[in-house]
Amino acid sequence: MNTAAERKHTFFANTVADEQEYVSKTIYNVDHFNLWYGDDQALYDVTLAIPENQVTAIIGPSGCGKSTFIKSLNRMVELVPSVKMNGSISYAGQDIFSSGYKVEQLRTDVGMVFQNPNPFPKSIYENVAYGPKIHGIRKKKVLDEIVEKSLKGAALWDEVKDRLQENASGLSGGQQQRLCIARCLAIEPDVILMDEPTSALDPIATAKVEELVQSLKKDYSIVIVTHNMQQAARISDKTAFFLNGEVVEFEHTDKLFSNPEDRRTEDYITGRFG
Amino acid sequence: MEVNVKNMIKQKETNRFFLRFTEKAAPVFFLLCAAISVLTTIGIILTLLVETTAFFSRVSFWEFISGTEWWPFGENPTYGVLPLIAGTMLITAIAMMVALPIGLASAIFLSEFASEQTRKIVKPVLEVLAGIPTIVYGFFALTFVTPVLNTFIQDLPVFNALSPGIVVGVMVIPMVASLSEDALRSVPNSMREAALAMGSTRLEVAMKVVLPAALSGIIASFVLGISRAIGETMIVAVAAGSTPKLTWDVTESIQTMTGYIVQVSLGDASYGSTAYYSIYAVGMTLFIFTFMMNILSQYISRRFKEDY
Amino acid sequence: MNLVDKQTVQSSMTKRLVKNRLANSLFFLAAAFGIVVLAILLYRIYSEGMGYLDWNFLTSFASRFPEEAGIKAAIVGSLWLMAVTAPVSLLLGVGTAIYLEEYAKENKVTRFIRMNISNLAGVPSVVFGLLGLTVFVRLMEMGRSIMAGGLTMSLLILPIIVVSSQEAIRAIPKEQYEASFAMGATRWQTVLRVVLPAAIPGILTGGILALSRAIGETAPLLMIGALSFIAYLPENVWSGFTVLPIQIFNWTGRPQEEFHLVASSGIIVLLIVLLLMNSIAVLIRNKFSK
Repeated sequence: MNTAAERKHTFFANTVADEQEYVSKTIYNVDHFNLWYGDDQALYDVTLAIPENQVTAIIGPSGCGKSTFIKSLNRMVELVPSVKMNGSISYAGQDIFSSGYKVEQLRTDVGMVFQNPNPFPKSIYENVAYGPKIHGIRKKKVLDEIVEKSLKGAALWDEVKDRLQENASGLSGGQQQRLCIARCLAIEPDVILMDEPTSALDPIATAKVEELVQSLKKDYSIVIVTHNMQQAARISDKTAFFLNGEVVEFEHTDKLFSNPEDRRTEDYITGRFG
Repeated sequence: MEVNVKNMIKQKETNRFFLRFTEKAAPVFFLLCAAISVLTTIGIILTLLVETTAFFSRVSFWEFISGTEWWPFGENPTYGVLPLIAGTMLITAIAMMVALPIGLASAIFLSEFASEQTRKIVKPVLEVLAGIPTIVYGFFALTFVTPVLNTFIQDLPVFNALSPGIVVGVMVIPMVASLSEDALRSVPNSMREAALAMGSTRLEVAMKVVLPAALSGIIASFVLGISRAIGETMIVAVAAGSTPKLTWDVTESIQTMTGYIVQVSLGDASYGSTAYYSIYAVGMTLFIFTFMMNILSQYISRRFKEDY
Repeated sequence: MNLVDKQTVQSSMTKRLVKNRLANSLFFLAAAFGIVVLAILLYRIYSEGMGYLDWNFLTSFASRFPEEAGIKAAIVGSLWLMAVTAPVSLLLGVGTAIYLEEYAKENKVTRFIRMNISNLAGVPSVVFGLLGLTVFVRLMEMGRSIMAGGLTMSLLILPIIVVSSQEAIRAIPKEQYEASFAMGATRWQTVLRVVLPAAIPGILTGGILALSRAIGETAPLLMIGALSFIAYLPENVWSGFTVLPIQIFNWTGRPQEEFHLVASSGIIVLLIVLLLMNSIAVLIRNKFSK
């Protein structure tokens, strides 16, 4: 049986990135990846290795391709009809663009949280149970347990436990976003992709989500896109700086923010542009 | 006991034949649904073609399109479709004289002059007017409009072209009004503001700025209105009579193409007779007329679509 | 030197303002015309038709005598017709809309289907009657039955249902799709669990409005030969039948004045049915538009 643990193990051998300091396994390996929308190239030769069980932040000015990049990791970018790409992205050792690779399987293993909270217009319970249900889990008792566990995991349980049957649209923006995280946790993914998850939230809600990200780190690999540099500095282990569709620098967060190698990175983090 | 969702999903994944089957079958099923609408069109054209061919094996095509008399019943039937076309044209002309000015003026009122509250009253009324079954309009033409007209016009026969023509016009008003209003409203507000800021009155803005900009949409709505009037059946079947005539006299009883088809289907012709096949030939003529109008309307609104 | 003569501008101003006022009232009159006609029509029908409208009218069959004539067979016939038309047209219409919005690739076939639907919407209803008469009544040998009438009506209102369902589906935010796909849901699961539940109010509203069109249609059913004088209730979908508008048409065609009053009563019943259906549609729309 090909369990997650086993995959991690076999993958350990392939690890290329970053052997000196952190001996961490790579979950995603992106190799010379290019992407076009129609004739406009959005990503140029992106090459990086995303470590397991860490928080990887992607920063950069708007329009730099960071959102496109994170959406490539679970192939959501393919919902845009005109998209073309080459190069490779491998997840757990398998090229996700190879023919016969099941995109539904990928998206089951890799959850995603979006920029704007997008709960379904259903009850809180049904929102969280959506994932398990589409994957064939129907037993009420099991679902109840999953819903509770996921909502607790997303630090939302105490706030909503008495109104699970109410429509999710009645929640505040921050609660909705945590609900979306709970929905994502419900199918126990290995990786969670977050595309600017706090950009639509107020500071207090943002702090809650950041706290949550920290606590999720031990069980999940997290990739988070943010245009908020302080946020990246606060919560991430590694940071990639994107500019005009290229990776300018990919480093440990402390290093990138304190002692960047590239001039452009320095200009960006010191606020000279962006 | 801790649930392990991951393993459960894995296990379920292996025996979900039903899901995999529906995933494949669903698009096929939906494509079949979409195919029905295409089949309907093919069915209409084939039906009309086949039965019209049968008709033309008995009546010469030339007689049909150039004959000035239509009298399919009795000893010496004649099948000249021109009187039916003339009847249809007459009704359509009267209807358009009512529907186009009133429909367009209502549209201009709703889009350029009316306050939000007035709109909230007038729009639903127009929708109700559009939702009234045509048989009700027919009844209204016969039992109200004709007697009223009779007080102005001496010796107006019970069946005449004028009354159903007017009522067909009333029926078409909501359609012309709502499509024209859509066209007017799609003109961006910045254009209105520019003109108003120079001291234009509302009327000048409407007539000199908005109307020209929305012209293609308005004309497209007119053409659709004409098409609708040509195809209208029950009002004319009830109130226009059944005497096909080449005439421009609106006070006379006439017959339209649609009116004739209804008359025959009410039992004036037995299955397989020439008169029976003639409804398909008339139906084909009607179909061609309305089809051309619809294509024309689509062409106008697409070809002259303004880019704001 | 002034190129613009202020004097001229001033003097033409009054004229322009008067014109504006005049036009305003003229346009208002045009818009009010519809309201006036509707008021006259409703008043006429109400005042003529109330006399015959009683319990007997609702529970009697058609008769040669105006005071005994009733509308029972027509009401039941209309209900039977809806029982065929509603499921068939909704299934086909929603299916087509889902295909066009969710599955169709942008190519010639898709464009053809779209163009075909908008053209079908403009085909006169009598022509649908000819189709029904030829294909359902004769070719498929359904006879002049409810089934033949119901299928004809389904095809007639199909374009309306397709278009309104498409609009309902298009109104669903892109984010909902993203959320579903990102959970590993397939297209079909997304359609079934996200798209349809969210689009159902819009689909129902459009569907009911389309059905109310079908309930008032007369011509296609005259073509396929719905009867106007039946003294029995349909037993199944293969029975002969009459419907409200055909019964009204029949009464309208009688020379006796009294039957025109009976026709008015019939129209009141038909309009009440339509009013009910439209109210339900509006209720659904308001309930879910929040």
